[in-house]
Amino acid sequence: MAIKRFAVATYDDEAVLFPAVEKVRNSGYKLHDVYTPFPVHGLDVALGQKETDLHIAGFCYGITGTATALGFMSWIFTQDWSINYGGKPFFALPAFIPITFELTVLFAAVGMVLTYCYLNQIMPGVKKHVFHPRQSDDLFVVVMEITDPAAEAEMVQFLNSTGSLETTVQVAEEGWWYGWWHKEEEYQKQLA
Amino acid sequence: MHLKYESFVREPLISGNKTYAQVTEDICRPIEQKPSRLWYMGFIFSLLLLGFGVFSVVWEVYWGIGTWGINRTVGWGWDITNFVWWVGIGHAGTLISAILLLFRQGWRTGVNRAAEAMTIFAVMCAGQFPIFHMGRVWNAFYVLPLPNSRGALWPNFNSALLWDVFAISTYFTVSLLFWYSGLVPDFATIRDRAKTKLRKKLYGLASFGWTGTAKNWQRFESLSLVLAGLSTPLVLSVHTIVSFDFATSVIPGWHATIFPPYFVAGAVFSGFAMVNTLLVLVRKIFRLEDYITLGHIEAMNKVIVLTGSIVGVAYLTELFMAWYSQVLYEQEAFKWRVLGPYWWSYWAMMACNVVSPQFFWFKKLRRNIVFTFILSIVVNIGMWFERFVIIVTTLYRDYLPSAWTYYSPTWTEIGFYIGTFGLFFTCFFLFAKYFPVVAIAEIKFTLKTSGDNYKRQMLPLEEKSVEEFVHAAEHAH
Repeated sequence: MAIKRFAVATYDDEAVLFPAVEKVRNSGYKLHDVYTPFPVHGLDVALGQKETDLHIAGFCYGITGTATALGFMSWIFTQDWSINYGGKPFFALPAFIPITFELTVLFAAVGMVLTYCYLNQIMPGVKKHVFHPRQSDDLFVVVMEITDPAAEAEMVQFLNSTGSLETTVQVAEEGWWYGWWHKEEEYQKQLA
Repeated sequence: MHLKYESFVREPLISGNKTYAQVTEDICRPIEQKPSRLWYMGFIFSLLLLGFGVFSVVWEVYWGIGTWGINRTVGWGWDITNFVWWVGIGHAGTLISAILLLFRQGWRTGVNRAAEAMTIFAVMCAGQFPIFHMGRVWNAFYVLPLPNSRGALWPNFNSALLWDVFAISTYFTVSLLFWYSGLVPDFATIRDRAKTKLRKKLYGLASFGWTGTAKNWQRFESLSLVLAGLSTPLVLSVHTIVSFDFATSVIPGWHATIFPPYFVAGAVFSGFAMVNTLLVLVRKIFRLEDYITLGHIEAMNKVIVLTGSIVGVAYLTELFMAWYSQVLYEQEAFKWRVLGPYWWSYWAMMACNVVSPQFFWFKKLRRNIVFTFILSIVVNIGMWFERFVIIVTTLYRDYLPSAWTYYSPTWTEIGFYIGTFGLFFTCFFLFAKYFPVVAIAEIKFTLKTSGDNYKRQMLPLEEKSVEEFVHAAEHAH
């Protein structure tokens, strides 16, 4: 649990958000995160984030599926319990292809989704602080961490100058915890 | 200003004067309101159908498969017909969500959520049929790759029927994951707007704690793209493997290499018809005409006329090949199919699948809601008959004339089919009430390029000549 103070700026237009993000990155203040209601293309680049390697993980899971299916069926039909089906070879590779393909897709999809949930830290029962209720509606929310309490007023002023509609200061838990979403008020009381 | 914009030559995908907030409002409204009386009536009616289906299935399991009309000659009847029909319907959802994503078709955003839901519910319905077709359903686990208790005897991995088990279960799982990963951010939207405690609690759980950071969205996009890439060959493989159930057998009328593409085209054809049936109703009842526009309906009707024509070509090719092959059994099979005691099913199929979609060559009819609705039902009846024709009219005249028979379903078989409608619509009514039926985040993402009001702002730009535009852009800074 890391409880910190944050300055929260809100924007309602991508055309304002992008220059603001650039200014924020150049300002030297510590950026916590940017929350948007939908994928804004180019925002990851503007924030200097690297491309995700999720698809590489997907490829690895897929290969695992291929190997599992081919290996398992081959072992069963050549080693464990060979059955003569109409005089066809025990190792009938063409007949193994459909199941091999399906398991490749299954492993890749399931593995990737689990990895995605792990990386994004999402799961049923996970609670995170929502800085602005409209961050999933129509506002782009830039959250700065206040590392130096003396600079707080200055930071708010700076964020307002970047075109923020409304800038607030919030005390919040930075990560995630197990909790219920309808108990928001209780969590706020605990923090205060 | 964005230099990237879409010309007015392309119809706006979102009509009305929409903002991001308005999009959220419009799509969340049905969820936050009390359900209408129409919804209750529909839901209860679906539950009754489901109840009757459960009763029919319990009856069949208790008394045995003999309560069905299938016999020694016609071993596959309504059960497998319905199975193939439902699986086929599911294909449109994946086609819209995956293949159209890869092709960057913007119009998919309006319809993909409901179409994917339809896929999942249709596959759920489809799965029931082969399971209860087994007869001794308590032994259904024999299809799983487990060694049995009398030694390590495994299922036959060379069998098309076992491939089907893997194909359908993978298809269901992957579709569900794809659908739900898209739903998570939209559940977060509903959660953040929620006024009541219960709604906040439940949508909080359903949204997995999504907050939508830039990195989250980056991974979201990567995941969607890869899942689309995986689902594309998957959806083609599923109906291909379903067609292998027939094509790998040595029954005249089934043993044909044309089956996989012919089945896939038919699946997409019936699936789009079902999407149209559902969406024509959904857009009306939930007042979502601005998101599911006439343009969307027209695009789907174009797919219907294309795939309907492919199916028509396949029917004619089958007939031609039967004649051209000079194989007596093949010719007889098709003679009995077209002119035998089941002639009415063949000609119903021809009329509904080949003739009726040709009306969609006319733009006026493609954009006519009532006509679309009626035709979508006609197509689905036709596609049901297609599967019936392929299965029953191939089997009922087999090698020995002494075994020739006629097959009609009993009430348990019909009840089972009706029950799957109950299951499908029960799920769909729950989905329509509690889930965002249009993908909120994706609509917002396309709003500024395809929204009517935003496109209109670009009109002065369109009137400029290219040289003028380039000049202005170069000297803008």
